[in-house]
Amino acid sequence: MPSVTEIAQPVGLTLTLALIVTAILLFVATPIAWWLTRSQSAWKAPVAAVVSLPLVLPPTVLGFYLLLAFGPNGPGGLIAPLWGARTLAFSFEGLVIASVLYSLPFMTQPLRTAFEAIGDEPLEAAATLGAGRRSTFFRLVIPLARSGYLTGAILTFAHTVGEFGVVLMIGGNIPGKTKLVSMAIYDFVERLEWDKAHLLAGGMVLFAFVVITTVMLIDRRVGRIAGVN
Amino acid sequence: MRRTFLLPGLALAVLMTVSAPAAEISAAVAANFTKPAEELGKAFTARTGDTVAFSFGATGQLYTQLSQGAPFEVFLAADDKRPALAVQEGFGVAGTVFTYAVGKVVLYSPTIDVTDGAAVLKANAFQHLAVADPRTAPYGAAGMQVLDRLGLTETVAARIVTGENISQALQFIESGNAELGFVALSQVVDKPATQVWRVPAEDYAPIRQDAVLTTAGAGDPAAKAFLQFLQGDEGRAIIEKYGYEVR
Repeated sequence: MPSVTEIAQPVGLTLTLALIVTAILLFVATPIAWWLTRSQSAWKAPVAAVVSLPLVLPPTVLGFYLLLAFGPNGPGGLIAPLWGARTLAFSFEGLVIASVLYSLPFMTQPLRTAFEAIGDEPLEAAATLGAGRRSTFFRLVIPLARSGYLTGAILTFAHTVGEFGVVLMIGGNIPGKTKLVSMAIYDFVERLEWDKAHLLAGGMVLFAFVVITTVMLIDRRVGRIAGVN
Repeated sequence: MRRTFLLPGLALAVLMTVSAPAAEISAAVAANFTKPAEELGKAFTARTGDTVAFSFGATGQLYTQLSQGAPFEVFLAADDKRPALAVQEGFGVAGTVFTYAVGKVVLYSPTIDVTDGAAVLKANAFQHLAVADPRTAPYGAAGMQVLDRLGLTETVAARIVTGENISQALQFIESGNAELGFVALSQVVDKPATQVWRVPAEDYAPIRQDAVLTTAGAGDPAAKAFLQFLQGDEGRAIIEKYGYEVR
């Protein structure tokens, strides 16, 4: 019989991680996406490429470099001693940092698309009416890009929930700290405890279905509004 | 839509033409045996011309794959349970199980002097102790037995980081993220004595590593020949060189 903690603990931990990562990326990805939309800089293409790298690279590449970077010989070895640790690996904080990097394109791309869809006209109109750049951004751009924020948030959340390779390589599989749902499923399958694996894996299938359907519905609604305009 | 199917089909066709010639044995091998297996494979190829393709992993993981029809012809486990189970469940050929090596677990640290490993563990002056998953990796289970023998199971519980298999446990240590950990002697057989504490044999149940011919390999003389090679003088010498006992 599956015990409650065996199932509930990884689920709770995964949801917490996904929420934190989504919240952080809302702040981190906004300026990046805005800069990528408006900038004329020659650096635009390379920066856009770097942001998109996690889409293409296998998670093992990120996992490998993070393992080295988190350790005592990397930058992690400089930061971790601040709270008495010697490595960022094997910690929830480490997973947050890794997931923010790994999910960055999933927030940045929808925001960039939404920002680009706004176009120059509303911004010029706002400027004509005497609005400052700051209030234009917060009172015009963000409300107009809300569907981008919604899509980005859902995709980031879902992608963080579905993370496996990076977590496998830097997590250390510690119950209550770094053992996420995807790890728990892998463990259950390895140990031939397939009833528990079914419980979590079936839940993930359902979750993914709901997420994808939601994103498609949002996209369609947005498309319809744009069509009417 | 059609184009998306074309590519995998093409890849498959290429694979099939490539893998056709000469005997290639597919072997599932416990991660701790990686180094000796590679040397054994080379020696076997030099002698017979047949090659061995190794899939390394945790014994439990490999067994799961085997039970789901993975085309491994021989299975070199890190324990004596899974090969017996394979025969019992019909994935292994009865009468082909034998002990190819008896493994030794060690405490390894590149940074801490572990000449007296028990004292280092008791001093508890470390943050992370890497162990392979005790439920799927026999060396992980042996490491936990050692902690239990020293009465440290509870005190170090919060400091244990679990590698998916024994190779990952070593990788956690080598990358500096964990200061020390339990690994197989074979993985660190070339390290200085101060970095490796050979755990007294009475502190854990002997790790008998058994091999078995699988039903997929039952009709392949090359697979049988490879298992015989492991039991011959040349094979045994290689296995012993990596810090295993042979029987």
